[in-house]
Amino acid sequence: MNRSWMNLTPQSQGSSSLPLRYLNSVDALLLLCLAALAIALGAAVRHMLGPLVAPAVTPIHLDMWHLPGYALRTTIRMFAALGCSLLFTFVYATLAAKSRRAGQILVPLLDVLQSVPILGFLSFTITFFLGLFPGRILGAECAAIFTIFTSQAWNMALGMYQSLRSVPPELEETARCFGLTSWQKFWRLEVPCTIPSLVWNAMMSMAGGWFMVVYSESITVGSTDITLPGIGSYVGMAIDQQNIGAVVAAILAMMVVILAYDQVLFRPLAAWSGRFRLESSNTGQAVEPWFLRLVRRTRLLRMCGNALLSVGRRISYLPLGSRPGAVQMKSDESARADWVWWGFLLLVCLGASWQVWAYAHAHYTLGQMAYVFGLGGITLLRVVSMLALASLIWVPVGIWCGLDPTRARRAQILAQYGAAFPANLFFPVFVVVIVHFNLTPDIWLTPLMILGAQWYILFNVIAGASSFPSNLLEVARNFEIKGWFWWRRIMLPGIAPYYLVGVMAAAGGAWNAAIASEVAQWGQTTLTAHGLGAYIAQSTQLGHISDVGLGTVVMCVFVMLTNALVWRPLSDFVARRLKLN
Amino acid sequence: MASGPEKKALPSGSVLAEARRVSRFYHKDSAADVQVLDDISLTLRAGEIVGLLGRSGSGKSTLLRILAGLLPPSSGEVLWKGKPLHKPTQEIAVVFQSFALFPWMTVEENVALGLDARGIAAPERDKLVDDAIDLIGLGGYENAWPKELSGGMQQRVGLARALVVHPDLLLMDEPFSALDVLTAENLRTDLIELWSEEKLPVQSMLIVTHNIEEAVLMCDRIIIASSNPGRIAHVLHVPFAHPRNREDAEFRKLVDHIYALMTQRAPIVSEADLARMGKAQASPLTRSFRALVPVSITMMIGMMEALAAPPLNGRADLPVLAEKLQLELDDLFPLGESLELLRLAELEDGDILLTNEGVHFVLSDLDERKAIMGHALLHNVPLVRMICTLLDERPTHSIKAERFRSELEDSMSADYARQTLQTIIGWGRFAELFDYDEEGDRFFLEDAAPE
Ligand SMILES: Nc1ncnc2c1ncn2[C@@H]1O[C@H](COP(=O)(O)OP(=O)(O)O)[C@@H](O)[C@H]1O
Ligand SMILES: [Mg+2]
Repeated sequence: MNRSWMNLTPQSQGSSSLPLRYLNSVDALLLLCLAALAIALGAAVRHMLGPLVAPAVTPIHLDMWHLPGYALRTTIRMFAALGCSLLFTFVYATLAAKSRRAGQILVPLLDVLQSVPILGFLSFTITFFLGLFPGRILGAECAAIFTIFTSQAWNMALGMYQSLRSVPPELEETARCFGLTSWQKFWRLEVPCTIPSLVWNAMMSMAGGWFMVVYSESITVGSTDITLPGIGSYVGMAIDQQNIGAVVAAILAMMVVILAYDQVLFRPLAAWSGRFRLESSNTGQAVEPWFLRLVRRTRLLRMCGNALLSVGRRISYLPLGSRPGAVQMKSDESARADWVWWGFLLLVCLGASWQVWAYAHAHYTLGQMAYVFGLGGITLLRVVSMLALASLIWVPVGIWCGLDPTRARRAQILAQYGAAFPANLFFPVFVVVIVHFNLTPDIWLTPLMILGAQWYILFNVIAGASSFPSNLLEVARNFEIKGWFWWRRIMLPGIAPYYLVGVMAAAGGAWNAAIASEVAQWGQTTLTAHGLGAYIAQSTQLGHISDVGLGTVVMCVFVMLTNALVWRPLSDFVARRLKLN
Repeated sequence: MASGPEKKALPSGSVLAEARRVSRFYHKDSAADVQVLDDISLTLRAGEIVGLLGRSGSGKSTLLRILAGLLPPSSGEVLWKGKPLHKPTQEIAVVFQSFALFPWMTVEENVALGLDARGIAAPERDKLVDDAIDLIGLGGYENAWPKELSGGMQQRVGLARALVVHPDLLLMDEPFSALDVLTAENLRTDLIELWSEEKLPVQSMLIVTHNIEEAVLMCDRIIIASSNPGRIAHVLHVPFAHPRNREDAEFRKLVDHIYALMTQRAPIVSEADLARMGKAQASPLTRSFRALVPVSITMMIGMMEALAAPPLNGRADLPVLAEKLQLELDDLFPLGESLELLRLAELEDGDILLTNEGVHFVLSDLDERKAIMGHALLHNVPLVRMICTLLDERPTHSIKAERFRSELEDSMSADYARQTLQTIIGWGRFAELFDYDEEGDRFFLEDAAPE
């Protein structure tokens, strides 16, 4: 299990063949290209399709009886997005792993995409999809699904890519030796190797997914109001009508949905994926989830399952593709092609820079950019202070829980549910309090951004503490090491690798949540905190696409800079010095 | 479609695989290629078990992969039944040291892999799989997952998987070295029994091993490889009938003879030979850094002290010493080699003896020992000399380790380079020649610690 916690690191060691320093400059170039692409797409859509036509607004009823129906629709959106993410992951990761050239672009690109705040995307995707299906609800649905997709696809793809690159060489040789065709090898060897990482990443990105689906169901872009029936829009309506009871009902409904999702889908999947783990260490069989047991015990379900599996096996052994040939020695001819390829990339980068420059020149003033960077600084301050606060609270709690196995297990489950729950459903509860007591939004809206992200810190700290070698603890007790010294020399260094993983995930979550949390509404009252998140959110609402673009790019730059300057050096240090065993 | 079970046995002695002047280089971007195999020619015939014996790193696995068609030779060619072999064929099966089972397939599915890949129809497939499973003693485990099995059982699955396709040649890469002693012996005996009773559906086997007794126990012919680069040093015929008895005097004699052969000094290469070998050896610099096995100072000291102590008095038969130190014989080689490299001991005809320097070392106190070790390192390990010289030259008395690592990587794989540097650091620290700062990945002189 512990290994998989570590997988959460967005850039775990050896993820790509490129040296890190090099990667950072590649990242920057790719960000440039992405921005250029967005500009080009935006222009094309605007010219081709004219003004946006909003789909007919579906009225949302606050009546409790409608809630299950709404919950179902939200869930279906989630499934649709998961399906898309899987499809994308298979294509993208396979391409990146199999083709050297594609890998050189696709892997750093994932790195960049991971640091783009997804909510900043929203105005682009909505514009795009509404343009694609003008006046039809399908456009809005697609936009919502795409938003969820963006919160899952990148880390699933990265995870799959990494597992594809680390297929054990001796299994690979066995496959070649027994003459498996490329199709057979893909399905019998490579895909199974990636299953644990796929399931794990899908599970982890659910958290972000629920957040997105709730947010994107009720959103305003410029003059276009979009309401998709679902839990998110239900809460939106409750906020409009200042109905705190309905907010609580929605929270409860969401809890039921997440519980069901977890029990019926992910517990069984996670248990099943254990079979595909490569490390032979048998860390005690976990209890079989009840749903899996049900499938195994119930005759009909079992027969269906077995039939599916055997059809799958039959398909995976279809003799498609080529049989293995001998490995070819690298030839010199590819060197020439490499030059052409890099030249082509250089051209693309130049074109992109020119386009971005021209666009920036036409739309932004220097003062405006400086202002937005200043806002970024404020939000950075928020993120940092909230991470510090959450650490102060959750590190001791996590250690306390983690040192006792039963407590650890319970707290672990709670924290996982906490992380999966879309924190934005709770926002109205806080906002009511702020409005009621007339508190300063600049300070009191801040905690909202860490509401969902704090759980990453907690459950990683618990994982770290519970896997802390007990003999080291005994040594400490033997020497009567206590108090601050114990924390400083024994415990904190021991959990540092885990804590770091948690903090990195939390930081990513907090940046993203800033867009949703720096502006809050309750009825007619709007609370605004100063910051980059508020800037992006308000520009989205006003339909100022170019401002949204600027805000999003600036946020990307902030995230990428902290990755390069803080997180990577830190995780290198931790991996070198503090990893136990 | 696959070669069925009714296949006729080939006449004993007919040639199956033939390697002709096979060499293999590993390509390095930065420098001259590393040569792993040099001009290997060998023939595998039907009806024999051949052992390939050599120390770790002598290129045994590389050669096995080339014979299996998994890896192309850099020069020379491999013939399979007279035709050039360019890719894996179903007539050659491989058993790996690490078992290489697919954890997501049951025993039965693992065994059936080669048949399923060929699309053999269900009834025939099931029969073949059942036969192989029964033959190799896996009955009752068909539906188990590999993880649930012990190492010995896992390797049986590996064997069954290779045998089920009825290959003509079975290649095994240290098939028993990941198992404990008893399990390994059990599996060896079973395999040899099946072979002598002609129940194995194979014509010939090649067993790669670094265990001398194992080779003598199982093989009809033993090929001894030398290292750096891998060459065929000797070929021996084993005249005993199966089952063989380890305690038999003739058996012991052959084992001792092989020990002697393997501890022989590398033959002095004459100028004429050098000229003949041509460009592969043209730049002597590329081989000037030797890969060092991870041998700790404490192990070396322990061994020297045991050697010097009364019953042995400075000279011992290797198998005897291994028993005394409770080491596997194969763990003794790296230790002995390291001491030999430092000229603290010598290997000779299966014996190890302390040099004067080694005796001096054992009799000294700690400070003197450090000095002797420092001296030995400086004189016998070029890399240490290079590090010390550069450290002295630098005004800061500190230097990045990366540079030595990449220098080493010019003549060995990255893994070996890391290992070698690690070993050097351990030795250098003991001798107090230099210290190493892991954080900054740099060497420095202690009295001039980095600020
Ligand atoms: N992919 C590789 N790249 C560079 N060197 C390699 C590679 N594989 C093996 N080698 C080198 O080849 C030598 C022989 O390796 P191997 O065939 O595994 O030996 P053995 O099986 O006898 O221990 C070693 O020195 C190793 O460093
Ligand atoms: Mg080997």
